[in-house]
Amino acid sequence: MAMEVTQILLSAQSVDSTVRKHAEENLKQFQEQNLPAFLLSLSVELANEEKPVDSRKLAGLVLKNALDAKEQHRKYEFVQRWLSLDVSVKSQIKACLLQTLSSTAIDARSTASQVIAKVAGIELPQKQWPELVGSLLSNVHQVPPHVKQATIETLGYLCEEVAPEVIDQDQVNKILTAVVQGMNANEANIEVRLASTRALYNALGFAQANFSNDMERDYIMRVVCEATLSPEVKIRQAAYECLVSIGSTYYEKLAPYIQDIFNITSKAVRDDEEPVALQAIEFWSSICDEEIDILDDYGGDFTADSDVPCYYFIKQALPALVPLLLETLLKQEEDQDQDEGAWNLAMAGGTCLGLVARTVGDDIVPPVMPFIEENITKGDWRQREAATYAFGSILEGPSPDKLTPIVNVALGFMLTALTKDPNSHVKDTTAWTLGRIFEFLHGSSVETPIITPANCQQIITVLLQSMKDAPNVAEKACGALYFLAQGYEDVGPTSPLTPYFQEIVQSLLNVTHREDAGESRLRTAAYETLNEVVRSSTEETARLVVELVQVIMTELHKTLEAQKLSSDEREKQTELQGLLCGCLQVIIQKLGASDPTKYALLQFADQIMNLLLRVFACRNATVHEEAMLSIGALAYATGLNFAKYMPDFYKYLEMGLQNFEEYQVCAVTVGVVGDICRALEDKVLAYCDGIMTQLLKDLSSNQLHRSVKPPIFSCFGDIALAIGENFEKYLMYAMPMLQSAAELSAHTSGADDEMIEYTNSLRNGILEAYSGIFQGFKNSPKTQLLIPYAPHILQFLDSIYIEKDMDDIVMKTAIGVLGDLADTLGSNAGALIRESLSSKDFLNECLSSDDHLIKESAEWARLAINRAISV
Amino acid sequence: MAPPDPRRPFKRPAFSDQQKRRDISLQRQAQNRRDAQHQARCLALTTMSLQNDSAATPDPQYEHSDPDFEIEPEAAVKDRDFDVREAASLRGREARRWFAKQLMLPEWMIDVPDRLNSDWYVCARPAGKRCFVVSSNGVTVSRLRNGGLLHRFPSALPNGARSNNSNRSGQSYCILDCIFHEADQTYYVIDMVCWAGMSMFRTLVVYNCDQEGLKAAYTGPVSYLKDGLLFYNKHAHYESGNTPLVLVWKDENCSQYVLDTDSKGHIPDQQQVVLELLDDGRLATLDDPPVIFGCLDSDFIQKTGSQTGELLRFSINEGALYFKDGQLERADLNYLGKPNRARAFADSYSKVMFQYAARHSPLRIEHLLASIESSNHQETSTDADMLG
Repeated sequence: MAMEVTQILLSAQSVDSTVRKHAEENLKQFQEQNLPAFLLSLSVELANEEKPVDSRKLAGLVLKNALDAKEQHRKYEFVQRWLSLDVSVKSQIKACLLQTLSSTAIDARSTASQVIAKVAGIELPQKQWPELVGSLLSNVHQVPPHVKQATIETLGYLCEEVAPEVIDQDQVNKILTAVVQGMNANEANIEVRLASTRALYNALGFAQANFSNDMERDYIMRVVCEATLSPEVKIRQAAYECLVSIGSTYYEKLAPYIQDIFNITSKAVRDDEEPVALQAIEFWSSICDEEIDILDDYGGDFTADSDVPCYYFIKQALPALVPLLLETLLKQEEDQDQDEGAWNLAMAGGTCLGLVARTVGDDIVPPVMPFIEENITKGDWRQREAATYAFGSILEGPSPDKLTPIVNVALGFMLTALTKDPNSHVKDTTAWTLGRIFEFLHGSSVETPIITPANCQQIITVLLQSMKDAPNVAEKACGALYFLAQGYEDVGPTSPLTPYFQEIVQSLLNVTHREDAGESRLRTAAYETLNEVVRSSTEETARLVVELVQVIMTELHKTLEAQKLSSDEREKQTELQGLLCGCLQVIIQKLGASDPTKYALLQFADQIMNLLLRVFACRNATVHEEAMLSIGALAYATGLNFAKYMPDFYKYLEMGLQNFEEYQVCAVTVGVVGDICRALEDKVLAYCDGIMTQLLKDLSSNQLHRSVKPPIFSCFGDIALAIGENFEKYLMYAMPMLQSAAELSAHTSGADDEMIEYTNSLRNGILEAYSGIFQGFKNSPKTQLLIPYAPHILQFLDSIYIEKDMDDIVMKTAIGVLGDLADTLGSNAGALIRESLSSKDFLNECLSSDDHLIKESAEWARLAINRAISV
Repeated sequence: MAPPDPRRPFKRPAFSDQQKRRDISLQRQAQNRRDAQHQARCLALTTMSLQNDSAATPDPQYEHSDPDFEIEPEAAVKDRDFDVREAASLRGREARRWFAKQLMLPEWMIDVPDRLNSDWYVCARPAGKRCFVVSSNGVTVSRLRNGGLLHRFPSALPNGARSNNSNRSGQSYCILDCIFHEADQTYYVIDMVCWAGMSMFRTLVVYNCDQEGLKAAYTGPVSYLKDGLLFYNKHAHYESGNTPLVLVWKDENCSQYVLDTDSKGHIPDQQQVVLELLDDGRLATLDDPPVIFGCLDSDFIQKTGSQTGELLRFSINEGALYFKDGQLERADLNYLGKPNRARAFADSYSKVMFQYAARHSPLRIEHLLASIESSNHQETSTDADMLG
């Protein structure tokens, strides 16, 4: 049955693209015509020691790609396809794969390891291939080192592919034993030790029981710590990777080892090679992550029970950890600020220092201040930069009371450094630090203002000046201005920025026109800051924001004029259009929010719409998310007048709803449908067949990201509310979908927090749909059509009430639905309502809620129910 | 598998402006959705409240047309969360204002709108009292523009009588915007707020506002006493309060009441206006935002015992409205006194201007016909340019 595929596989790697394409075509045909023979041929090729390594390796990769895919729906399809293959074919393939683990060619072995793990990932959960783990384990003991290495690598991949509960504890114990023994210093072969250390990284998730057993845990920890001292740098690095993972997975088991870990990590940070030192710092960063999460969960209430207690490892390590991290800050690289991908000791150390500050709060300030004071005025730029970076790093975490006096002293110094320091690296860090000052210590919630009438002008002048500096410095200056503006978002009718508004806007526009604005994300930063300046602006500057509309429209127009672009230029054009549409969206939303400015905006509505349509037109298949968001804001502002744009816009709306791949675009478009429904009301009817068809397709698709489904349900409600009883023709499609989604989301038992959150968003979407439908049908002679759905809906309300895990938003929507149902169906549902738990216990609970919105909806429900059951 | 890259964001704020744009957009949409639902529920509560207070106050002495009818507060639900219940517990002028706000109030036509023939309907307005007719819970109630009760009666409207419409949900109701024509005791429906099947109500004949339609409404015979013409913009929805999308126009040929009369039914020598006194002494029209006609000094306010929010009646000296750039700049007013307390609100700007024009240079039917004629021409001649 197996066929000779060597030549095709070699041709598929040819440099000649014609040959290559032809071979790929042949492979595809073979796969389509006879899948079992195709897969078998590949496995035979992979196992054959006579064949060239290149064709063997590709055979393995093609086989692997036939078993797994990134997209969930394709993955599912491949799994089903494999499971339905003839058993004897599968056995032959699996035998070939296991045989390949003994190959002398490392590429063939390694590829086989991965394919075996993929097959195991499909079969073990189905209780198939039960002998696999046993046969791998027997390999470990009997054979030459290269086979042992390949086998342990396979065990590692297997642990990555398979969920822990699929493998029974006895086998888990054996896998861990084999892996940890392979890491042991007794193991002579370096490749085996390295493979074992890497395999342990994947197997840690299986070691829950073993980490609860003191003796086994001690043993694993000892072996891992020893491996961090191995003479082989790769083994040391892999061992630290294990340690980082243990730090987050088994935080609560670390106490007995933390002192030893501190000793070995500080030695590694000071003396080891960079990849190892970086992992050693990462260990402490991840401990910070854990403690920040735990302390967040406490919510400042230290008497509360938490699943995991905080051991305050960071606080205890502080006296030694802070000096260690401060030392790393002096190890900067010359051009790290220009290099997007840079990651070195100084960067990792400073990042860790920032996390430490967030973990311990005020306690970080005393041990860091002397370092800052000593170094900030030194002649060596490294010292000045390190001191500034240390200062910037500790601004998040400590209380404003602790920081404000220090910042008041430092601010003048920083502003001078930003203009005068001869070193660009120091200026970069200084501008970043100013941004952090404004982000954490400036705003309406801060009691003592950092920015005062006395220094405001100087700050702005310095920042605008720095926007003409090198791109990386200018980008940080834009960032600082962003937070400066953000602090004035709820300043009231007069803003301290008003006198500078025009100058700020002009400076930012100048930045976007810089030749080098493509570097260091500068152009993006400038437009984002412009957005924030607009968002935080007040009525005083509304006229200038209206003028800005024209400027941005002109810029957008320019991008549309460019002809015959290379693919690189095209990408840049798309990016720029995204920024400009984003900016337009912010402006439209700002001006659309109050009546006088809305009318000023609407004089440009036709022009804006025309430009947005052209932006859509110059991208073929995918719709520009930013342009779509702008359309939503414009529809809200124009109201009924949006109807005249619909004939031209509709096709892009449909395209957006069809965009499964970029699900954000799809989600945003669904939101825009809601905006349009509210703007057009029943005038949207003409487009509803198309829209509903697409939304129903989206819901039925297993390709679409799940996060888009709740907004689609809400959108049903928007449509029903807009078109009223005309929704009748969609009931037979929409209602069953709502009903089955409701059944799925009624119970959450055993789900994790993330799943409960998603379930609640799904419930909210479903309930908003019901609300819109009931309200839409009210007073229609077709109200009768909804009566058959009432029992199920009331049952759904009862069951989510019993489940006791809904959030406030769902509660508010749910009790509102009860009111809408009673209001629309009235006495037709009187008996049902009277019987339901929701109309009694749930309603009473909502009536006594502290949440104003829940209470309001409950009052509505109470009135509507009283009326429904009194008749 | 390689463990994750330990690289962490460096000198990057932990936010994305794009995400912020999305989030703000979602917040706005969620708020708009809440508003839309809230509005739908409030409309329902309005009927509940209207029905409740008529049912709860069966005192027959109130069943006659008493424009000063005050809503009984005990009928209202105590909670103040809903504005409808707040309204129901309000007394006198405040209550009338709340109900007044629910009606769509036409503006007076002071200029001929563009595209009259393509975007507008026209009909002959019956003379009578503008009112809301609400049927609910087996009874029908009509309320005047000032909120006062006009009639309470059984009707064939949905749930408008105890026994009718047995096939309907007991909760159905309907709200009509009507004019009550005294002579034949008939309600003429000028708009529907909520759905209804109308059997004992007469609807008005509505024409497209082209040459023929306008002439038919203007001169055509009707069963009722005509009081001007009503123009409806085809794109308008029912909305409460003043709207420029419904316009009223009249001349001596189609109305007996072109110029306002005083309380004795006489046309005063000088035009009179009713304005609201704001807290800073300015005199405002009904409009939102209000148009300011002048300002009273504090001595005068004290002398007349006027209070903020009160309505005051003035006469306008002959030819004494001054304009600049099409905006009212100044008006010479003489204080006359306080209007009948049934008055719920001040005059609108368009009403004052219509009355002013009616006394000086009225907008005539010829102007309307000419406008239709000229837009006919324009439409045919500009078609070619529209493609550009």
